[in-house]
Amino acid sequence: MAVTVKVPAQLRSLTDGAAEVSIEATTVREVVALLESQHPGMGARLLDESGALRRFLNVYVDDEDVRFLDGIETSVPEGSKVSIIPAVAGG
Amino acid sequence: MKYVAGLRCRECGNEYLVSPQHVCELCFGPLEVIYDAEAIAADVTRAELDRGDTSMWRFAAFLPAPDERVDIGAGGTRLIAAPRLAAEIGLRKLWLKSDAPNPTHSFKDRVVSVALSMARHFGYEVAACASTGNLANAVAAHAAAAGMKSIVFIPADLERGKIAATTIYGGEVIGVEGSYDDVNRLCAELAGSKPWAFVNVNMRPFYAEGSKTIAFEIAQQLGWRSPDAVVVPIASGSLLTKVAKGFREFEQAGLIENKPVKIAGAQAAGCAPVAEAFVAGVEDVRPVKPATIARSLAIGDPADGYYALQEVRGSSGSIANVPEEEVVSGIELLARTEGIFTETAGGVAISGLERLVRSGAILPGEETVVLITGIGLKTLEVTRGESPTHIIKPQVEALAEVLSWQ
Repeated sequence: MAVTVKVPAQLRSLTDGAAEVSIEATTVREVVALLESQHPGMGARLLDESGALRRFLNVYVDDEDVRFLDGIETSVPEGSKVSIIPAVAGG
Repeated sequence: MKYVAGLRCRECGNEYLVSPQHVCELCFGPLEVIYDAEAIAADVTRAELDRGDTSMWRFAAFLPAPDERVDIGAGGTRLIAAPRLAAEIGLRKLWLKSDAPNPTHSFKDRVVSVALSMARHFGYEVAACASTGNLANAVAAHAAAAGMKSIVFIPADLERGKIAATTIYGGEVIGVEGSYDDVNRLCAELAGSKPWAFVNVNMRPFYAEGSKTIAFEIAQQLGWRSPDAVVVPIASGSLLTKVAKGFREFEQAGLIENKPVKIAGAQAAGCAPVAEAFVAGVEDVRPVKPATIARSLAIGDPADGYYALQEVRGSSGSIANVPEEEVVSGIELLARTEGIFTETAGGVAISGLERLVRSGAILPGEETVVLITGIGLKTLEVTRGESPTHIIKPQVEALAEVLSWQ
């Protein structure tokens, strides 16, 4: 199922500058895996050594923080928007 | 900026040139300004700082400080003895560091003065921010004085006083339908595409450094020493971590003696993710959906919560979780005992202090400084007393009828 992934400025060197990419995935975990296969290097930037989403990275599915959902296992419905955003902002 | 050596990722240590970016490209960790600490220690003296004026920019050696600054008088606030509040709470020596007298009446003037000075240095013409209110005031005011355009983003349902104290400066004030965390996410996204200086996004490494000046001033005002404990309200956790860093940098510079300072925090129960993580003994802060009257602290996903926890734990401090009904009683207690009218964040700090003393986290003999970060006049809707305590006819007898204590 196609979802739109919003890529932060810090990762656009891996997407040839694209701010959005389209991916066929059903969970955030699959989104990350497919990003890595289509844009090598992405996995290491998104996940820490233990395979968890990095501490200072926030992921939103349709504007909801996945930490309020099922974390990296959060499902991504057809047509949804997955936003990857640096966590260190504000305050 | 003779002492600024660059930016460094707090997590992986990767270094960057001084530039408008706030997170590490490799691991997304926060970037911090690094300084030539040896050169600072060699050059900066107490005598020189005592001779300077009272502006926060007298500490320029410890800040990202371009020659041309956006300065409308931030900082230089007094440290006020609080004997009546101390007696009520059960402390022997208590000080208030009240930032209410700042140009826009909160500590945010300090951070914005630094952020917009750097924004001008980088050539930006538009100042922006995500704000719970006080920051919006400060950005709009400083941008006006710098001749910059401003566009600030706030939760649409913010206190009216906070909105009125922003729109007056003539910039754009965008009310976003959502919480502060929604506003913040929007701004983090916008910062990736707009050529604007978001003070708490792409300017954040510089912005945050401004909070150190609170610690610097406290140390100088105490006669070149640090207090035993400091109580800091927590929103993003940036203020708390930078106050702790400020005392450390003064120690490294040889301006004060090395001495542990207990770093304590306070949050309102309706948005207490850092206090909850502290009690739970976990290292990461789990975000919450804020529901607190302390709107200026209503950050459910605090960017520096992780580091604030480390500072508190590393200094044998604690974090008070203040019940919502004690937010206003804290405001009233400070007003009644010391004649200072603070906003909700100050109410959280005062009631938090009370709880920290009662629980033994701060001991009666520990000389304590509590940060009063903003003025009460912007949040009038939370306090009682919009009518007189009595209404009488203009007659002497009429007063006698209503007053029991004359």
